[in-house]
Amino acid sequence: MNQPASAYFIEDRHDPNETHTLSALVQNEPGVLARVIGLFSGRGYNIESLTVSETESQKHLSRITIVTTGTPMVIEQIKHQLDRMIPVYRVVDMTLTKRSIERELAMVKVRGQGEHRVEALRLADAFRARVIDATTESFVFEITGNTDKINQFIDLMRPIGLVEVSRTGVAAIGRGPEGM
Amino acid sequence: MSDKSHDPNQMTGAAMIVRALIDHGVTDIFGYPGGAVLPIYDEIFQQSEVQHILVRHEQGAGHAAEGYARSTGKPGVALVTSGPGATNMVTPLTDALMDSIPLVCISGQVPTHLIGNDAFQECDTVGITRPCTKHNWLVRDVNDLAKVLHEAFYVATSGRPGPVLVDVPKDVQFATGTYHPPRKSDVHRSYAPRVKGDATQIRKAVALLAGAKRPVIYSGGGVINSGPEATKLLRELVEVTGFPITSTLMGLGAYPASGKNWLGMLGMHGTYEANMTMHDCDVMLCVGARFDDRITGRVDAFSPGSKKIHIDIDPSSINKNIRVDVPIIGDCGNILGDILQVFKAEAKKPDVKAWWQQIAQWRARNSLYYKKSNDVILPQHAIQSLFEATRGKDTYITTEVGQHQMWAAQFFGFEEPHRWMTSGGLGTMGYGLPAAVGVQVAHPDSLVIDIAGDASVQMTMQEMSTAVQYELPIKIFILNNQYMGMVRQWQQLLHGNRLSHSYSEALPDFVKLAEAYGGVGIQVHKPADLDGAIQEMISVKRPVLFDCRVAALENCFPMIPSGKAHNEMLLPEQANDEATAKAFAGGKALV
Ligand SMILES: Cc1ncc(C[n+]2csc(CCOP(=O)(O)OP(=O)(O)O)c2C)c(N)n1
Ligand SMILES: [Mg+2]
Repeated sequence: MNQPASAYFIEDRHDPNETHTLSALVQNEPGVLARVIGLFSGRGYNIESLTVSETESQKHLSRITIVTTGTPMVIEQIKHQLDRMIPVYRVVDMTLTKRSIERELAMVKVRGQGEHRVEALRLADAFRARVIDATTESFVFEITGNTDKINQFIDLMRPIGLVEVSRTGVAAIGRGPEGM
Repeated sequence: MSDKSHDPNQMTGAAMIVRALIDHGVTDIFGYPGGAVLPIYDEIFQQSEVQHILVRHEQGAGHAAEGYARSTGKPGVALVTSGPGATNMVTPLTDALMDSIPLVCISGQVPTHLIGNDAFQECDTVGITRPCTKHNWLVRDVNDLAKVLHEAFYVATSGRPGPVLVDVPKDVQFATGTYHPPRKSDVHRSYAPRVKGDATQIRKAVALLAGAKRPVIYSGGGVINSGPEATKLLRELVEVTGFPITSTLMGLGAYPASGKNWLGMLGMHGTYEANMTMHDCDVMLCVGARFDDRITGRVDAFSPGSKKIHIDIDPSSINKNIRVDVPIIGDCGNILGDILQVFKAEAKKPDVKAWWQQIAQWRARNSLYYKKSNDVILPQHAIQSLFEATRGKDTYITTEVGQHQMWAAQFFGFEEPHRWMTSGGLGTMGYGLPAAVGVQVAHPDSLVIDIAGDASVQMTMQEMSTAVQYELPIKIFILNNQYMGMVRQWQQLLHGNRLSHSYSEALPDFVKLAEAYGGVGIQVHKPADLDGAIQEMISVKRPVLFDCRVAALENCFPMIPSGKAHNEMLLPEQANDEATAKAFAGGKALV
């Protein structure tokens, strides 16, 4: 590559991007989410999905699950950058452990009549989605599963009359008896 | 029934702040008052244990605190008001973050019930400073204040040091609560920097070092931050192994410039021998440095044939820019101690004679060569004269940013750590003068010199007034080339010599300016007058602005052109127009 006239070395990086799920255990205190999000925006990292909720209220612990993409070197950086934040206890790259379960919940609103309604219910059954609201011309389905499964369900609902979707983002946990 | 009024730990938030400073051994702070910190200023007025230095701009307070910290190894403390006081601190906080300087900033905030209301002099201080501090806090309850202040000092000074900020609303300063002295439980349980290095990694490192044929030690600011023990051990390691050593801008002084294994600084304006040694080595030991882009040059051609050992207390420094073979996370003093112990017990001094012969050839290229003149002072010559005149004196050097900074790094030899204060990571023009104020406060009897540029020095010139007020005899040694020399150099090399806005037009008369502030002004034009003028500057026990008129168009070499590797340096004798144009040839896109 031709180097532009610059005080910086401009480099093409050809490492392929990977998608990883990171779990972070953090002190639940004001500003902690802003710190995490600021890290991603400030350093130009991607956030595909981010979920956060207090998981141990007595100890004021929250668990943040982040799905991010980047080269392996960038993902390693993200993990270390998160880990060095003062209120962060631990960060685990769930994808690297290869022993994690990931789930997402989505609510999917579909509108239609006649054959479309029947088709929607049949697909929902196949995906083990539940009807949580119904009118004579619409359903809201609740579906949980990994991201691929939910994407697939949404794609199938599209021609039937998809109106809107609300998704929680990914939560992840390791298999086996140990905690993070 | 307990009588709270007799409990000595019952006090206002403002009193807690002063009390915490005292409990942390703080004797000097730098600050500027305003509405949101008046209760704290009232407490400062009524005590004498903590001396407050009134600066002229909050940025000055921040850099002074940085200079104080870097020259003492203790945290620097700054106190500023809300709104503009806090926003003026953003540059020094960022500077301290980039250079890992322990800084504690206390800022006033509007009363809690007004936060979010766009109150007078309100700004989202914790929001603004979140990315430029190691950590920050907004204290909403006076009973949390002691804990937060103690944690702030701990976070600033432990692990990889850095700046912290505690934002204290005015009502919290007035409110009464319970103070407690520092205790362990004040710190987040989630914060536990690793100090001790992994034993297996240390063994791997020693094995590599022992088998090296073309080794190099590359040390950085982390060694200085780690403390005197790390410096001592680094020197011992060099002695025991016989390896050559180079250092980053931040690490100068950890190994003495007069030491026989010293290669000079490395990187963009480092010496030829340091960069060639880095490029051709087979084993690299990086201690407390971070493979910054000014150091590595072209990353994919950086020291291609070497095994790299990297010691750093911050895991995020590992594999950030350069993949290393043996990372060791922990405090470099601690790890150097372990490495030395294993090395001495199990390894014998590797034979690196051939390597030194190669290095001698590179050295013979004399990459810091410049042509002296009888008519005009060369900036390099000015620094060398300053260095000679201060040899053996108890001297501290700060700098601004630009060519003068690089020449200072190249030509001023540092024998000890904590003697060299320069803005490395952020490259902040205007750092040096207030930093010198801070250094002089910490070392009232030492010789403190800011090696300055004519443009940089005007960014924080107002702190001359502070120096005069507190009788701080700082010496501002201006290499006056009437240009933003470093900008001009890049424009010459990269932008077809179109010198867009890099000429310092309408420079002030620095001698008169010094006198206006109540300091001393000295001007020198002729090489023959230089030494005498420097002697005069040193002997004056007042703040001095030294206007050293130097060759206007001199450029800083050697240099690694952008996008080039360590072994493609441009040396001074080659830096004619044609060679320069070739070295910098490339696309015209600007990034
Ligand atoms: C606050 C700030 N603004 C802009 C720059 C970009 N910059 C780097 S060096 C330089 C010129 C410095 O000129 P001078 O202080 O005269 O030093 P010289 O290079 O001439 O020695 C400039 C503008 C900077 N480093 N810092
Ligand atoms: Mg200049």
